[in-house]
Amino acid sequence: MITLKNIHRNFQVGDQLVHALDDVNLTISAGEYLSIMGPSGSGKSTLLNLLGLLDRPSAGSYHLNGRDVTSLSDIEQAQVRNQEIGFVFQMFHLVPRLTAAENVELPLILAGIEPAQRHAQVEAVMQELHISDRSHHKPDQLSGGQRQRVAIARATINQPKILLADEPTGNLDRKSGQDVIHLLEDLNRRGITLIMVTHDAEIGQRAQRQLHMMDGAITHEQSA
Amino acid sequence: MRDLIHFCWGALRGFPSRTLLMLLAMSIGVSSVIILTSLGEGARRYVINEFASLGTNLLIIFPGRSETAGINPSTMMGETPRDLTLGDAQALTRHRNVRRIAPINVGSADVSHGSRSREVVILGASHELLALRHWELSQGRFLPKGDLDRATPVTVIGSKIRDELFGAKQALGEWLRIGDRRFRVIGILASEGRSIGVDVQETVIIPVASAQQMFNTSSLFRILIEVKSREAMEPVKQFVIDTLQHRHQGEKDITAITQDAVLATFDRILSALTYAVGGIAAISLAVAGILIMNVMLVAVSQRTSEIGLLKALGATPNQIITLILTEAVMLSALGATLGVALGELGSLLIRNAFPDIPAYAPGWAIITAVSVALITGLLFSLLPARQAARLDPVQALLKH
Ligand SMILES: Nc1ncnc2c1ncn2[C@@H]1O[C@H](COP(=O)(O)OP(=O)(O)OP(=O)(O)O)[C@@H](O)[C@H]1O
Ligand SMILES: [Mg+2]
Repeated sequence: MITLKNIHRNFQVGDQLVHALDDVNLTISAGEYLSIMGPSGSGKSTLLNLLGLLDRPSAGSYHLNGRDVTSLSDIEQAQVRNQEIGFVFQMFHLVPRLTAAENVELPLILAGIEPAQRHAQVEAVMQELHISDRSHHKPDQLSGGQRQRVAIARATINQPKILLADEPTGNLDRKSGQDVIHLLEDLNRRGITLIMVTHDAEIGQRAQRQLHMMDGAITHEQSA
Repeated sequence: MRDLIHFCWGALRGFPSRTLLMLLAMSIGVSSVIILTSLGEGARRYVINEFASLGTNLLIIFPGRSETAGINPSTMMGETPRDLTLGDAQALTRHRNVRRIAPINVGSADVSHGSRSREVVILGASHELLALRHWELSQGRFLPKGDLDRATPVTVIGSKIRDELFGAKQALGEWLRIGDRRFRVIGILASEGRSIGVDVQETVIIPVASAQQMFNTSSLFRILIEVKSREAMEPVKQFVIDTLQHRHQGEKDITAITQDAVLATFDRILSALTYAVGGIAAISLAVAGILIMNVMLVAVSQRTSEIGLLKALGATPNQIITLILTEAVMLSALGATLGVALGELGSLLIRNAFPDIPAYAPGWAIITAVSVALITGLLFSLLPARQAARLDPVQALLKH
């Protein structure tokens, strides 16, 4: 499903070239549960952003479902992000002036879906994630765990095949962190490909495949 | 589309001070266009109405060649132009398209009754003047019909003169001393307001022949001719010029102007003025566009993480551009609406303060102001919108 070949990602910082990703090769099949671990600055987020088409590699090829996505136009990439990929961020990234339901609705609006169908879909997803009683609350009226649930609802509303999570528990206490992990694993059991960056070894070990990164390269891989 | 408007509306409400600032800039620009043009237009209509009150199809004749005619033999020889005489006026009555003709003489003299006295502009005129100027009498009658040469000692006075010289006493039938002669008051003019040049209330009118004697001149100040129809204006004007040239030994030493020509000149000047002030205000409105651009740039940077998020959720660059532009156009439209309301209120206040001036903004001014507002709003947010569309989502999401 995902094939990365000789991926490089360089950043020019001043007169210094930073190799955030240095010759990464990776193949991921549909439905896998993958965790990415490693020290700060090892390139985990850069890899995830690349997988999510938020960033383009400096060199190398990225095939998603057999298609070379690095050569897609901006519009096509946006479509892929909207339909096939869901993001969950450490900082939740909810729009503060929109209610929980309106935040969840955003990807559907961008996809141009009719209001009636949108509302039904939002309602269904929020019920599934047990946050439908919070649908008219603004993000600042929600707890961290609830916010991340709203974010997950938003990430999955278009039923993407891939869910990318960058330290989804980084801003949560232990209890709600575990809830979020269970939620994500639940989604994975129902078929979504889950790729999660984490600092927490305990959480990382729950994944079937565990990648360890260092200085922009994948050093080794473990399986549960 | 509705989602777009809803989303933008939310964004506008989310940053009230920014929104208010933009609305203020826009509405001040639009309302100043409306107020300034309504003032200009009001002044124009005021002048036109004043001219209309002079009477319709009016031909005004005065002695001397108009400057524009250039050099002619008489000016070369240093001759002063020949006088315009009562004989000239009588000669002009012969044209069938002349409805009324009023020779006029002016001078100033002391007017007194008993112990009260004041200096007044004396108008030497004839019976025809009343109808020609559309004046009305409140009491008595106007100068009698008949021979222009007859210096009858009668006078018609304005209401203010009556008040000043007679107070509460009956004025009609009383004697009035004008200069060193005595005149009987036979009529009082109704105080129907003013018409250009003459304050009806402060006028003292005597027969033109009496005025010529009093001021010891055979010359007239003006001859006013009311022509029967608008189409006859030019033929009558030509007739006047020809007749007087003939009577003046072939010299073209008079000037005849139509009221239309004077009016058209004023109309042109005042319209140009209205366009000019409207244009200046519209430029200030366009300058408001620069403010819009800055505010939208700030708006984009304030919301980088939101824009980055939208991109991560699958917004295309075009969707982002549309979003920012819609926001700017909504702001401009709201500001313009507010400005139109403010401007209309302003011109209403002007009309209340100066009831004489019909200060209504012309339609073109309102349409121009609103479209300039919308277009500048759109144009000046193109740059911020493109900047937003180019935003790197990873960077945008990092920022917090
Ligand atoms: N936009 C950028 N410009 C310059 N350097 C960058 C940029 N993004 C990432 N880097 C560099 O690339 C390297 C990898 O960064 P990355 O964010 O992927 O690390 P990470 O593994 O996610 O770290 P953390 O655990 O702290 O989130 C770092 O050295 C970082 O400084
Ligand atoms: Mg990171």
